[in-house]
Amino acid sequence: MKTILKGGYVLLLGILISCGGKEEKKQDGFQVERQKTTQKATQKVETETTKASERIDLENKGVGPITSVDLSTDIDQALVAEGKAAYDQLCLACHRVGKKFIGPAPDGILKRRSPEWIMNMILNPEGMVKEDPLAKDLFMEFNGSPMANQGLSEEQARAVLEYFRTL
Amino acid sequence: MFAVAAVTMFLIGCNQQGKDSNGALSSSAAEKVYVAPGEHDEFYAFISGGFSGQMSVYGLPSGRLFKVIPVFSQDAEKAWGYNEETKPMLNTSHGFVPWDDAHHPDISQTNGELDGRFVFINGNNTPRIAKVDLSVFETTEIIEIPNSAGNHSSAFVTENTEYVVAGTRFSVPIPQRDMPIKEYKGNFKGSLSFISVDPEDGGMDLSFQILMPGFDYDLAHPGRGASHGWMFFSTYNSEESHTLMEVNASQNDKDFIAAVNWKKAEEYIKEGKFRTMPANYAHNVYDESTHTATSTMKKEVRILDAAELPGLVYLLPTPKSPHGCDVDPTGEYIVGNGKLSSDLTVHSFTKMIDAIENERFDGEAYGIPILSFEDVLAGSVKQAGLGPLHTEFDGKGNGYTTFFISSEVVKWKVGTWEVVDRQPCYYSVGHLMIPGGNSRKPFGKYVVAMNKITKDRYLPTGPEVTQSAQLYDISGEKMELLLDFPTVGEPHYAAGIAADIVKERSKKIYSLEENKHKYATTSDADVRVERNGKEVHVYMTMIRSHFNPDNIEGIKVGDKVYFHVTNLEQDYDVPHGVSMIGANTSELLIMPGQTETFVWEPKQVGVWPFYCTDFCSALHQEMQGYVRVSPASSDLDLSWSLGED
Repeated sequence: MKTILKGGYVLLLGILISCGGKEEKKQDGFQVERQKTTQKATQKVETETTKASERIDLENKGVGPITSVDLSTDIDQALVAEGKAAYDQLCLACHRVGKKFIGPAPDGILKRRSPEWIMNMILNPEGMVKEDPLAKDLFMEFNGSPMANQGLSEEQARAVLEYFRTL
Repeated sequence: MFAVAAVTMFLIGCNQQGKDSNGALSSSAAEKVYVAPGEHDEFYAFISGGFSGQMSVYGLPSGRLFKVIPVFSQDAEKAWGYNEETKPMLNTSHGFVPWDDAHHPDISQTNGELDGRFVFINGNNTPRIAKVDLSVFETTEIIEIPNSAGNHSSAFVTENTEYVVAGTRFSVPIPQRDMPIKEYKGNFKGSLSFISVDPEDGGMDLSFQILMPGFDYDLAHPGRGASHGWMFFSTYNSEESHTLMEVNASQNDKDFIAAVNWKKAEEYIKEGKFRTMPANYAHNVYDESTHTATSTMKKEVRILDAAELPGLVYLLPTPKSPHGCDVDPTGEYIVGNGKLSSDLTVHSFTKMIDAIENERFDGEAYGIPILSFEDVLAGSVKQAGLGPLHTEFDGKGNGYTTFFISSEVVKWKVGTWEVVDRQPCYYSVGHLMIPGGNSRKPFGKYVVAMNKITKDRYLPTGPEVTQSAQLYDISGEKMELLLDFPTVGEPHYAAGIAADIVKERSKKIYSLEENKHKYATTSDADVRVERNGKEVHVYMTMIRSHFNPDNIEGIKVGDKVYFHVTNLEQDYDVPHGVSMIGANTSELLIMPGQTETFVWEPKQVGVWPFYCTDFCSALHQEMQGYVRVSPASSDLDLSWSLGED
């Protein structure tokens, strides 16, 4: 019995070694699966349009309580400070400036989204993921990780938006 | 074969007959207790957990269990008594006591009506009174009662929650001292404690204690309306026996209900007629903004001696070892449920005042006047059953009394004392509860009977079976048994209230902005790990679906690692849990916006995982992290990260 088991291990080990040692011998970990997924991903990107996070849609206002936002030409610095404080407390755990994290980075977001869409995403993430096609695609792009409703007031969300204008 | 067929036919016949006899008009019991999916119950019931030390929350009429609130017992599910924040709640003058026997919940009142702010409940064994805040359904304050033992005639509130009262069951030497047990008589004393409740923040304070003769004080209820300002306590063992109590404490034909004039007590306190006695008792308060409990030892208590202060206490003779001591919604009638009697004795408050004013006393016990039985008697419910224990009222002129030995609830008319209905209980009912039954305004729709014996009511689960409660509809002339439902621990008592009064105040999350926990990390920017000698503090956050940090290195064998974990969620019903392999404590279950702490003392070198214990999202299974533990001699510096390769 023991011998058979041992034999089995040796066989298994043999397969593992042959797989892992295929290309880069020095690299850690288990390579076969990774290669496959990379290949698939490349194919997908080729067949689909731009990634949801890179798509530009300034017309879409999203789904939620915000139907119009007036942005003054000058940035309100007091509001920015307020927005940054709320962002650091309620958003930073998933959104990092200049870096894709759990969710997308907020910098340059106003070049890709309408202010209303941004605020609705903050205030109504559950509804957005269900009903807004772009939010739905983002949800899939970001690993199926749902954006949490952090219970911001409309005023707080507006302040966060002002902060985003500075990024 | 033929016999089987015949029996089947017979059964079918019976069923059909049963259906027909229900009639088209009467709705079925099932319909009356059915709460459709997504709908809510009409009442909350707070049912004591007895020897589980907890209190459970049920919906009525469905009998569905919503929550078990840890009060005097550790609860690994909620980390109550395990995490660093709540351990002080279980501190006493005897040290950490992680268990008690929780008996009598009572809901706070304003103007004699339930206001739904707090539920108070007593711990019998190591005398304590706890306050459960109904905005969070958590125990937020516990005060130990000195000079008390078997804290049983507790925790009943006065009409405006001026006081929660707590009476000793066992009399003891006061103050405690080394003395022969045989010298009980005349030397052991009882104490009745009045704990004031701050009208603003609900803070409790042991205002004064009344020193009483060495009887056993069993249950209590407040006066209301005209009798507001009085508190009534049932007593037994007026024999002052100390051994073979089941015989020796049942010798007297009558024991007493002690009527305590607490407004008079307040006057005496104002006049300085108290004596300050050294004491040592814990006062534990959970602060909702720091999410942390503190325990303070109090060192003295004000004593009023009933023997020396006239007009403070009167004794109403009551047959035979009364248990329940219940006051009707008007405040006029005080019912003594003499548990070794078949009658209920009802005293009249008006007659009592009259007898006091005319000084018609039958004698005295240790300086306390005894009123004449006949002078204060309003009437008695005759031969109502065997072993009366507890009476509540429906607010429509009826009393409902449990009879333990004859195992039934008996309905009777207040004033005429006639029995109008009786329904069997399965089995041996102890206490009963009508929502608001201890107030000026009962919600006289249902009564819950809490039975002491379960036997065959449910599927067997070995020698130990669940506890059994029964719900009756009391809206009609006749009571109707609607439902059996199992309960947790051993319920001794319950308090119920219309859900509407409570649910609007129920908190959904803790605001991160208001989180003043000493070790809170309310922004991910503040996440860090700090070493102070062998003590390591991890300032960690959690949100769907990761911990920050999730990789920690530089921990060493022999360290004491404090995980201070803040849940950054601000959405209703998104708690996260956290547990560490080999930690000698429970998990933490952290509500949105809350911070909790557990301690881990790693004993083995290696890389050890921690993870989220409460399913939180589709990526819950990914919510995990690692701590690298190096040998004690290692000089690896602390480092931490999230999302770094």
